[in-house]
Amino acid sequence: MDIPYTSKVRPDTGLYNGKLGVWLFLASEVMLFGGLFSAYTYLRIGAPPDTWPHGWMNVTLGTINTVLLALSAITTLLAWAALKTKQFGRYKLFGLLTILLACAFLGIKSYEYRDKLTHYQVQLNDGRVADGHLVENNKDADYILLRGHYAANATELLDGRAKGHPAHEELKIARADIKSLKNYGPALNNFLAIYFSITGLHAIHILGGIIVFAYLWGPGSKMWFTAPARFTNRVETAGLFWHFVDLVWIFVFPLFYLT
Amino acid sequence: MSQPEAHPSHGSHSEPGFLRKYVFSIDHKIIGIQYGYTSLAFMLFGFFLMGIMRWQIAHPGEAVPLIGNFLQTVFKDAAINGVVSPDLYNMFGAMHGTIMVFLAVVPVLTGAFGNYLVPIQVGASDMAFPRLNMMSYQFYLFGGIVMLASFFIPGGPAQSGWTSYPPLSLIVPTDGQTYWLVGMVFIITSSLLGSVNIITTIVQLRAPGMTWLRLPFFIWTEFVAAFLLLLAFPPLEAAGLLQLVDKLTGSSMFLPTGLAVSGAAAHAAGGGSPILWQHLFWFLAHPEVYVLILPAMGIVAEIIANNIRKPLWGYKSMVYASLALGFLSVLVWAHHMYLTGMGTVIATFFQTTTMMVSVPSVIILTCLLISLWGGSIRFNTPMLFALTFLPMFAIGGLTGLPLGFSASDLHLHDTYYVIGHFHYVVAPGTIFAVFGGIYYWYPKMTGRFMNEFWGKVHFWGSLIFMNVIFMPMLSQGMAGMLRRMSDGGINYALSHTGAEGSLPNMIMEMNRVILWGAIGLAIVQIPFILNVFISMRKGVKVANDNPWDATTLEWQTETPPWVYNFRKEPVVHRGPYEYSVPGFSRDFTPQTEPDNVGAKH
Ligand code: HEM
Ligand SMILES: [Cu+2]
Repeated sequence: MDIPYTSKVRPDTGLYNGKLGVWLFLASEVMLFGGLFSAYTYLRIGAPPDTWPHGWMNVTLGTINTVLLALSAITTLLAWAALKTKQFGRYKLFGLLTILLACAFLGIKSYEYRDKLTHYQVQLNDGRVADGHLVENNKDADYILLRGHYAANATELLDGRAKGHPAHEELKIARADIKSLKNYGPALNNFLAIYFSITGLHAIHILGGIIVFAYLWGPGSKMWFTAPARFTNRVETAGLFWHFVDLVWIFVFPLFYLT
Repeated sequence: MSQPEAHPSHGSHSEPGFLRKYVFSIDHKIIGIQYGYTSLAFMLFGFFLMGIMRWQIAHPGEAVPLIGNFLQTVFKDAAINGVVSPDLYNMFGAMHGTIMVFLAVVPVLTGAFGNYLVPIQVGASDMAFPRLNMMSYQFYLFGGIVMLASFFIPGGPAQSGWTSYPPLSLIVPTDGQTYWLVGMVFIITSSLLGSVNIITTIVQLRAPGMTWLRLPFFIWTEFVAAFLLLLAFPPLEAAGLLQLVDKLTGSSMFLPTGLAVSGAAAHAAGGGSPILWQHLFWFLAHPEVYVLILPAMGIVAEIIANNIRKPLWGYKSMVYASLALGFLSVLVWAHHMYLTGMGTVIATFFQTTTMMVSVPSVIILTCLLISLWGGSIRFNTPMLFALTFLPMFAIGGLTGLPLGFSASDLHLHDTYYVIGHFHYVVAPGTIFAVFGGIYYWYPKMTGRFMNEFWGKVHFWGSLIFMNVIFMPMLSQGMAGMLRRMSDGGINYALSHTGAEGSLPNMIMEMNRVILWGAIGLAIVQIPFILNVFISMRKGVKVANDNPWDATTLEWQTETPPWVYNFRKEPVVHRGPYEYSVPGFSRDFTPQTEPDNVGAKH
């Protein structure tokens, strides 16, 4: 017994099942990220004065990632178009490119994460703050090594857009002088908390996309020889999902990198 | 993959093994039954938790009879000598609400009834995505298991209500909250996948001739409910993820600056907002209550149409009303938050939308009521449940109005009045519809009727005891008794005797009455449970495939339906409720009946 309209469109709705399914799924995704972006807005508007940081993200890396995703959007489209014009070889090429671009995106993203998670704010007993990357934190030693600079207080660090970065140097800080030691993880403040939440969920979506594309490129592509129309539809629905993931990034980028 | 259009594993002639057939089935009927058993088991468990809580409220500080020792074994310090501690009370309260809403009522409506009936009623051979359907059930089951597992971890399950309001939910020192959040993410994912399936099935797989306005009303309600789940659940998933981040990484998106826990400054950066959680939560949870009620209305409409032997009055108005209900229900969420100091302008907006959303509910109810007029009503067990739904839901809806106005809600908020209100809609409302639906479709699923006599015992008992339980709550709430107090308010009542705000004895006495009601309600469920199982073997056999003389498609196929529902694709010629149509020899004209047959006298 067959389920109808798995590859042919139903005349009165103009859709095949998978396409409607993926559109519905994306509608729920819109609400999911909509909820998260509302939370971002709410937190940002409601943040006590002088607590919301600016310019903490690396705009260059963000821009590169934006370009990577934009290119991958084009390659997914080309991959699908190749199938539509029955050029399986071209599909393989563009499919592979999509996967590589997505992996590059994740590579850069994990570099950024690592950068944040090894970046520390050290509150000193004298009120000053040392800020920089942790070089050495040996439990037995009575000091830590940080590559960074001192600031009068944490508020001074909030605006990363300020010109003329203070020179970074190796700071040796005695443990006895340290009041608290915190990395730039979610617990530092709500900007980072929501940043990690949203970009983390986005990265999981990218990963999901990679898995789907890899399947459709590798083992799943056998279907091309048995049911080309259905396979083309699969590639199309995967592409729809991918474009949504790209679209989310178009919001993430300005909200976290440019403001 | 040589037959790309085929169902996976379908089409082979060998009988599938037990696992394939009953555990990893992709047949929507089996999955529906899986959902049915699982959700009813959860419902029973949720009810059991509540029984213990009602004991504690009526007899604060006294050991729970019969199972006191067992409680002490499982919960140790939280149930010393079998006495329910405030912590245990909070755990049970949180889990009762969570289980009832997310693991019992929603899955029974959309997972069980929705799965079993939607494909058959639209004339399809299965859901649009059978494998996804199986996965939805597995996600649901897994989420449920995570929830249940949290009973056995040190510190016990979540303790901050089914609403999980921070800061409380974040500062209670148990991993139960983490389990709750993880469980919720799975349950939500399951609902989302299920909704995609239901909507796609309704849009794409309708049989030839099954136009939109020939769909049974139940299908419409499932359609709207699926959209609500699809669009309103994700913000809660977002909120759940954020709370999980807060819980696991020590961030403070939901924790305000200057929070103190037990007198000491909390270990958090602050700057977050507990109100943000409430917005995200209620943005789901209000539409959610329409998920709890719409399919119930659909079930009731099917049963009523069949047992009045005439068309539903105002079928189209009901369809449009359910669409309006779905749309408006996403605009009212902050009526749960009047006490958060939102200001009069915003309060006015939400009061207005709340009043508007009650209009379509009243339209649906009125249509069903008018439909009864002049019908030759058959009072069988399903019909009794369906008929009773109407006044019970009306009580629930009407008690909602004073809650919808911020002025009166400031008094009633967080009292037993709210508990009374929503239980009227969900218990003698939705759950009665579920009971009615089980009695009504049981013959189709098993080929036998459930026992009428015990059905009526179940019905009358449930009706009486439900009201014994929930009616007093309305008075208690108006008298000022707060919800979620582990001693039922006795300390509060006594410490203020005579002073303004104290609770009269009569109000406190009601706690005992309610306990007896709960015990009674438990007892009258026994005949029901036995009836379900015994009737499978011993029930009266149906004489034909359409024992209720019904019109919709599920009755026009064999009993129980064949794996792919219909041996031949049905063709639909008419609307869903053509009963007593003049010119036909019988008083019902199935949807599949072409115009030229049966017209002879
Ligand atoms: C028809 C008109 C209805 C109106 C005007 C209405 C109004 C309200 C309002 C204003 C509240 C918040 C009360 C407070 O916390 O102070 C409330 C609570 C609630 N209502 Fe309704 N309601 C209606 C129908 C329903 C239906 C149909 C259901 C479910 C099937 C439902 C389920 C609930 C639940 C579960 C709560 C309590 C949530 C909680 O605080 O734990 N209501 N209702
Ligand atoms: Cu509400």
